Amino acid sequence: MTVPEVDQSVAAEAAPAPVGGVLEGVQVSCWFGARKVLEGVDIKMDAGVVTALIGPSGCGKSTFLRTLNRMHELVPIATLAGSVLLDGHDIYGAGLRLTEVRRRIGMVFQKPNPFPAMTIADNVAAGLRLTGRKVRDRDDLVETSLRRAGLWNEVRNRLGAPAGGLSGGQQQRLCIARSLAVSPDVLLMDEPCSALDPTSTRRIEETILELKDQVTIVIVTHNMQQAQRVSQHCAFFLAAEDEPGRVIEQGPTEQIFSDPHDPRTADYVNGRFG
Amino acid sequence: MRTTGPEGSVTSDVPEAGPRAEEPRKLEARLTDADRFYRAFVAAGAGTTLVLITLIGLFLLTGAWPALKTSGFSFLTTLTWAPDGEPPKFGVAAMMFGTFVSAAVAMLITVPIAVCTALFINEYAPRAVRRSLTSLVDLMAAIPSLIFAIWGLFFLVPLLAPIEDWAVAQFHGWLPLAEASATGGSLFNAGLIIACMAIPITTSIIREVLAQAPRHECEGALALGGTRWGMISSVILPFGRSGIVGGSMLGLGRALGETLAATLILSIAFEIKPRILENGGITVASGIAIEFRDAQELGLSALMAAGLALFLVTFAINLLAALVVNRSPAGARA
Ligand SMILES: Nc1ncnc2c1ncn2[C@@H]1O[C@H](COP(=O)(O)OP(=O)(O)O)[C@@H](O)[C@H]1O
Ligand SMILES: [Mg+2]
Repeated sequence: MTVPEVDQSVAAEAAPAPVGGVLEGVQVSCWFGARKVLEGVDIKMDAGVVTALIGPSGCGKSTFLRTLNRMHELVPIATLAGSVLLDGHDIYGAGLRLTEVRRRIGMVFQKPNPFPAMTIADNVAAGLRLTGRKVRDRDDLVETSLRRAGLWNEVRNRLGAPAGGLSGGQQQRLCIARSLAVSPDVLLMDEPCSALDPTSTRRIEETILELKDQVTIVIVTHNMQQAQRVSQHCAFFLAAEDEPGRVIEQGPTEQIFSDPHDPRTADYVNGRFG
Repeated sequence: MRTTGPEGSVTSDVPEAGPRAEEPRKLEARLTDADRFYRAFVAAGAGTTLVLITLIGLFLLTGAWPALKTSGFSFLTTLTWAPDGEPPKFGVAAMMFGTFVSAAVAMLITVPIAVCTALFINEYAPRAVRRSLTSLVDLMAAIPSLIFAIWGLFFLVPLLAPIEDWAVAQFHGWLPLAEASATGGSLFNAGLIIACMAIPITTSIIREVLAQAPRHECEGALALGGTRWGMISSVILPFGRSGIVGGSMLGLGRALGETLAATLILSIAFEIKPRILENGGITVASGIAIEFRDAQELGLSALMAAGLALFLVTFAINLLAALVVNRSPAGARA
């Protein structure tokens, strides 16, 4: 890694936390092999705003999310069209390095995926080693990240214990802390609470609300109440039979839930299908 | 907790719990007939293996007894091999030394190459050639060692001769490893050929294990901005540690017992010397193969003793490997 980046990270450590980046999907379409699963998605995800992606299973929410930090291309048969802009720069262009794109746009997965053989502290700091960065005070970074993820008080006395011993909800917050430790501008979350109990879910929702002014957050969720509690912007995805998924409607969360323009949106948010 | 029979009498088989249950109770379960049958079947298989190993060990021990009684402790320290001489004088020291050195050379070459090849096939090779590379490696694992030995003797060793001679000319005098009066039939070359034999099977096993690394953990590493190498070092290698040890042990087993390569390559010499590039050496396996024809009564027994020593060493190394595997954090993962 180059020297300027190291300086940058040290500077980011000293300065107040980043206020997030603006992420914008422009006419994004996706294919798996010959099958088109997503068509013409335009969504602007603003800084300081939590964007929720909702819709029935299989309509392409995860696929869209994975195009936003270039995880989509890890599937061998996957292709895409359109572009994704981070603060106005195309993340699929030659201007940004792939690893830099993924560092700046973090991701929390549906299934918690800490590195089980590493200790809790090593998990949080794993991104540093992976991205070849150095910080002056590693312990401080571990503590700050765990605090921001709302996990510090529960693990402060066992930072050296293996991460595999944490509960599901704790593991998920550890994954959030791990993502935050590399100071991302955007955090993508794919149904982060779907495998968790109600208490852990509430803790993560609180975490999201605390983080929202520091990082741009995009969350996929099947839980309508959760979308209303945590998000300010909401996009409804739907795929008709044998057709690719599309965004049917998007707007302020309030309006999507109280006064949707499209009858299909109304049906979905009121639990009449999906 | 008491169940009551139809007539109101107590017919429970629920054990009486003490006032405070402080001791764990005994657990019992009634198995189905099918379960019992398969358990017996599988146990019989495991038992056969154990009996076989014990029988082999006993056979070697009884065969080796006369020789061991004659030589006593000097069996471990003597270099020369003249069991049918007058007086008999023999020991495994030189053979063991040669076995360890050639095996060490072989493993030092095999393990890095096998791990790199496995990682290349799994993580770097273009998808189109991955399948063919995998089958190629598996195919190479099936080539008889005789082919490798002949190829090594007539192609690789002559090819390397100028390089080895150059290395000796450059470094002799201050690096005992590189001193040699003549090169070619050395322990180093034997180890090299053994490595060629061990690489395919070791690679095949390690590749298979590394391919099982959990994909969602790999994605977690990449999503943090990790490079491919970062993902390999933080997820794939820790996950595959026990598999790498296991695959290497199979390779090492092959290296310790390899007879043909050592017999063909080595210029026979019963001695211990650090000059591994120099002609001359002997291993237990090649020693047994070479001395077998001319062995008389005590000679045969002495060869059995050498075999027993190799048997025990192999056993010990595998036990050690099992310990390493069980101790590793990857082995402890849920
Ligand atoms: N790896 C894959 N290979 C092939 N098809 C896939 C793959 N992942 C997802 N799909 C297909 O893409 C469509 C959208 O999937 P996904 O984005 O996971 O939906 P959602 O997250 O909204 O439930 C589905 O029809 C699914 O079958
Ligand atoms: Mg999904």
